[in-house]
Amino acid sequence: MAYSDKVIDHYSNPKNVGTLDKASNTVGTGLVGAPECGDVMRLQIQVDNATGIITDAKFKTFGCGSAIASSSLATEWLKGKSVDEAVKIDNMDLVEELNLPPVKIHCSVLAEDAIKAAINDYRSKNGLEQLVFEERIH
Amino acid sequence: MLKLPIYLDHNATTPMDPRVLETMIPYFTENFGNAASRNHSFGWHAEEAVDYAREQIAQLIGADPKEIIFTSGATEGDNLGIKGVYEMYASKGNHIITCTTEHKAVLDTCKHLEKLGAEVTYLEVQPDGLVDLKELEAAMRPTTILVAIMYANNEIGVVQPVKEISAIAKKHGALFFTDAVQAVGKIPVDVNADGIDLMAFTAHKMYGPKGVGALYVRRKNPRVKVTAQLDGGGHERGMRSGTLNVPGIVGFGKACELARLEMASDTERISKLRDKLENALKQIEESYVNGNPAHRLPHVSNISFKYVEGEGLMMGFNQDIALSSGSACTSASLEPSYVLKALGLGDDLAHSSLRFGLGRYTTEEQIDFTIKAVTDTVLKLREMSPLWEMFKEGIDIDSIQWAHH
Repeated sequence: MAYSDKVIDHYSNPKNVGTLDKASNTVGTGLVGAPECGDVMRLQIQVDNATGIITDAKFKTFGCGSAIASSSLATEWLKGKSVDEAVKIDNMDLVEELNLPPVKIHCSVLAEDAIKAAINDYRSKNGLEQLVFEERIH
Repeated sequence: MLKLPIYLDHNATTPMDPRVLETMIPYFTENFGNAASRNHSFGWHAEEAVDYAREQIAQLIGADPKEIIFTSGATEGDNLGIKGVYEMYASKGNHIITCTTEHKAVLDTCKHLEKLGAEVTYLEVQPDGLVDLKELEAAMRPTTILVAIMYANNEIGVVQPVKEISAIAKKHGALFFTDAVQAVGKIPVDVNADGIDLMAFTAHKMYGPKGVGALYVRRKNPRVKVTAQLDGGGHERGMRSGTLNVPGIVGFGKACELARLEMASDTERISKLRDKLENALKQIEESYVNGNPAHRLPHVSNISFKYVEGEGLMMGFNQDIALSSGSACTSASLEPSYVLKALGLGDDLAHSSLRFGLGRYTTEEQIDFTIKAVTDTVLKLREMSPLWEMFKEGIDIDSIQWAHH
């Protein structure tokens, strides 16, 4: 299967690979996927508590090129957004931007799930209620 | 100067040897006759060429030329061998024994026969990929008509104890069929010494053309027959109708002759390169060679690089190196290789595997390039892998509650 140029670019030069301090209450961590499925994504956000703006985002991903590209792109989009805006990132936006074929859509779903999990982790650390997201069939 | 891309997927198919092509060419144009045309010289020439190829092929496997039934390839050979025996020996029994690491052409043929009333035992393999002979013995029944176990596995290259398996089948009055696609032309295969009753193999895995293969069917001790699966002109002793693919058969014959003459020198050279590749890649932390290393084809190595995913790994170099992964992230099911899973490998290791298949034209320069490219990519992806980070922090990955999706 041929990958799109954008996927190849993110794979070759991934943005924001790394680790934030998961114990900090300004950091939200989302760990999604499973080794058995061949995809594990960890996405972290650093939030300015005063403004609610995401000042930094990092990822590490075990998976195929599309999974790596989806998480790399997600971290780029997260930086500078408010937490409330970040919740609205939709997996189909990632699919469109990266030209993912149908068999790789699950990679974008995983990235969206990772964003939401990171936001909920941040919220719970700061005494905010968990956002409830619609269950979806992957 | 190293020419890219490098081909390391010789278990999938091989390039045709130019010497094979050369022998085929006249049979497309001037010698185009139908080998079944008995009343003119065009037909006689074609028949002569087919007979000569039949001898070349038979010689490679220690068979009589009359025991070679030409097919379109090994998938057809598997179907004809297994379905043909099931139909021909229906009065004797309906039980077939095979194993879980067989090629789909065998497994799906058996599943098809189950729908028609066959009883099939799928033996599990041991962690090294080999069939447990005691389990085979225990699975034999009075109604067992066929034991179908591959000679060598296409994903991990392990070579089954064929002599012992055929002896068990014989002892219980069952026939022994083997899919020997990966073995014939690569390692010595002798149908008499190995006790083989039926054997499917194909030209394109041994530097011959695609679209031609053979089913060996034993004629003596015992005389074996299969029910034809194609109705028609009654070619190939009535077992496989259809005009013979004369140029393909001529090429197949030449490929077998070259394999017989050059097997020893090819094996010596290729196995050294395989060992060099494998030893270098084993230096990478948390890498594991799959399959029994002592009973293995000389040109195959299947290695799992823990904590990186196979398809992502291949993407790091698939512009330059062609090989296969046990991961199946492209398929909707996300199921990794059933062969690696049958060895008892966890899904994570199965997802992390690469199959290196070397061949007649593989060079040391190509292997050196591959070692560097694979090593660099594994290290780079591990820096990106959350599982690697957890492993390094001493976190037990199996203890985490993963959200399966």
